[in-house]
Amino acid sequence: MRFLIYVPIGLCALTGLFLTANAADTGIYVHGMIFVIASIMAAFFVIKNSFDVSESGAALSGGGIAYNDGVIRAGLIASTFWGVVGFLVGVTIASQLAFPVLNFDLPWTNFGRLRPLHTSAVIFAFGGNVLIMCSFYVVQRTSQARLAGHYAPWFVFWGYQLFIVLAATGYLLGVTQSKEYAEPEWYIDLWLTIVWVVYLLVFLGTLWKRKEPHIYVANWFFLAFIVTIAMLHIINNLAVPVSFAGSKSYIYWSGVQDALIQWWYGHNAVGFFLTAGFLGIMYYFIPKQAERPIYSYRLSIIHFWSLIFLYIWAGPHHLHYTALPDWAQTLGMTFSLMLWMPSWGGMINGLMTLSGAWDKLRTDPVLRMLVISVAFYGMSTFEGPLMAIKAVNSLSHYTDWTIGHVHSGALGWVGMVSFGAIYYLAPRLWGREKLYSLAMVSWHFWLATFGIVLYASAMWVSGIMQGLMWRAYDSLGFLEYSFAETVDAMHPFYGIRVFGGVLYLLGGLLMAYNVYRTIKGHQREERPFGVPVGATVQG
Amino acid sequence: MFDHSKLEKNSILMVVCVLIVVSIGGLVEIAPLFYLESTIEKVKGMRPYTPLELLGRNIYIREGCYNCHSQMIRPLRDEIERYGHYSLAAESMYDHPFQWGSKRTGPDLARVGGKYSDDWHKAHLDDPRSLVPESVMPGYPFLAKTPLRYGDIAEHLKANRAVGVPYNDDMIANAKADLEAQIDADSDGVDALAERYPGAKARNFDTKDGAASELDALVAYLQMLGTLVDFSVYNADENLR
Repeated sequence: MRFLIYVPIGLCALTGLFLTANAADTGIYVHGMIFVIASIMAAFFVIKNSFDVSESGAALSGGGIAYNDGVIRAGLIASTFWGVVGFLVGVTIASQLAFPVLNFDLPWTNFGRLRPLHTSAVIFAFGGNVLIMCSFYVVQRTSQARLAGHYAPWFVFWGYQLFIVLAATGYLLGVTQSKEYAEPEWYIDLWLTIVWVVYLLVFLGTLWKRKEPHIYVANWFFLAFIVTIAMLHIINNLAVPVSFAGSKSYIYWSGVQDALIQWWYGHNAVGFFLTAGFLGIMYYFIPKQAERPIYSYRLSIIHFWSLIFLYIWAGPHHLHYTALPDWAQTLGMTFSLMLWMPSWGGMINGLMTLSGAWDKLRTDPVLRMLVISVAFYGMSTFEGPLMAIKAVNSLSHYTDWTIGHVHSGALGWVGMVSFGAIYYLAPRLWGREKLYSLAMVSWHFWLATFGIVLYASAMWVSGIMQGLMWRAYDSLGFLEYSFAETVDAMHPFYGIRVFGGVLYLLGGLLMAYNVYRTIKGHQREERPFGVPVGATVQG
Repeated sequence: MFDHSKLEKNSILMVVCVLIVVSIGGLVEIAPLFYLESTIEKVKGMRPYTPLELLGRNIYIREGCYNCHSQMIRPLRDEIERYGHYSLAAESMYDHPFQWGSKRTGPDLARVGGKYSDDWHKAHLDDPRSLVPESVMPGYPFLAKTPLRYGDIAEHLKANRAVGVPYNDDMIANAKADLEAQIDADSDGVDALAERYPGAKARNFDTKDGAASELDALVAYLQMLGTLVDFSVYNADENLR
């Protein structure tokens, strides 16, 4: 039956040919070609695979289960690659705000097109690959079962990379529907929907094969993440295309309803993609790395259900004082405040898992990375409810404070927990005894931490300063500052932000090098980590 | 007492429960916006975009202007003094998608229409720092040089009608003529354009003779932003929400 795989591949190639042949614009022309090339590559992969007698990626574990680790190894490489790309584009657009000449006044290099490239590269390309990789790893280990499907997991991986390439090239060509974090146009959205459904089926299929009666807590979070993102993605992106061979479409929703649907989606892309999914990662990798059980089982139940229930309500806090009716704004603010509790429930559960193992922070830089990510999670989930209070929001909204808040969560929580997972997985997936260098992990830790501190504090200052300048009045009752004066005042902080971003990028590059040498099976000659200088090591 | 282990042992039950739990918030907050009549104020003057304005709006979206410019004036003293009357929900009722934005790296544009001359916009889009030295905005010199593609303009209006914008058959049949009339104040089609789209301004927006450029469309869009609603007859008390 496996030859049936050629049917979808052929359909995919035909779709690509149709789009290219009838293309109404450059964007869809290029994307049709990408579809065709991807289909040809997929066919080659399948043919090569059918001649391969040994089961690809099958390595017998201690329990005698042949886990599918090939797709996870691919995911680790993709995560590292997209992470570095995403950080690099971030540094680029931060530099453009500090020095606008770097826009080069070309269509493909201006800030307006590169900013979605940055957000999608870090959230969906880096974050998404980390989530798919970790969920596939965790669901196999906690179910004691091999991933469901022969081609399906590989389809999820490569289909997702195709989505990233389509989205990214689209932004540069001006293919966007302008909904933040949902910029890809209708046909790219349809493609992602197909990939996502297969992702859910592979995940569920693996759970159905499990040898443990209970589904482990990390998998609850992965399930909630997959299912809810599907719901948000489909409803937010409903659109009518101008033509079936053109990239442009018009969103089904309009005005105030579209605004709330967008931020219901947008806030829960944070809540389910960047929070629930990564909490799943926390619930597996922190106990593993600390070699301690989860602090409280009961707390994980309460925190799971309350988190997913409350998060959905928080969207309207992106629309305070707008033309959204007041009742909706008030509901959004109230639930955002309540959201503080389950968020900190999760933080406590993660941090307290280290009870009795705190000394490991001194000797294990990977655990240190995982733990500071939870600390940043606690910080930004305190700042979030604060900023959702209408009075605070009237100052913070539209300013860099929001940007700082997002980055303390994204760089601190999402980034750090991902780095921890990558460092945990790299030696295990390639059967190496340990990482190439722990000292480099420690360097990465400090570069990233200083980078975040510089970034976030620069954005606090520039955001609060600009908010205050906008509303400043002089003694005669006139507005004190023109808009241009507030832009001028932010210049030094934009410079500091670039520096913070460069530090974070350097950390990412160090990780890429460390992972590369680990895969190669190298060991760096270095003093054992956590041992004072001059101390001799026994044994 | 409810036994959570039932959920932990049944993945489908878990998925169903998750779906129910995550649906409630959206249903309670979003669904009423479609049937509560007070959601969108009663105003005079709102009309669909002219074909030229619509394509200008598409260029605004394509270049990602919304990343740095909001179109939503909040009812706060400083914003009203800086930008004008606070924005109404009615003013974006034909916007698919909305362009309220979330960040003001540059100023709000909800009422930028008529504030500056066409010449100003042309020079500013070409090189922002020639007019505002502190600006961090990218330059868009390519807009003036790029011809506007509007061969499929009627299809754009049809797609808009499919999502609920009241474009009538007349508007769709004359979409191309209306677009060409709007950049030529002396053309015969100007009266028909004004009849179909009350208050639409027709002139050479890019201040350059010849075929429509992308700059024509973008400036036409910017110059009508926030100008449709007649605030002299708008009664805020009647529309308290």
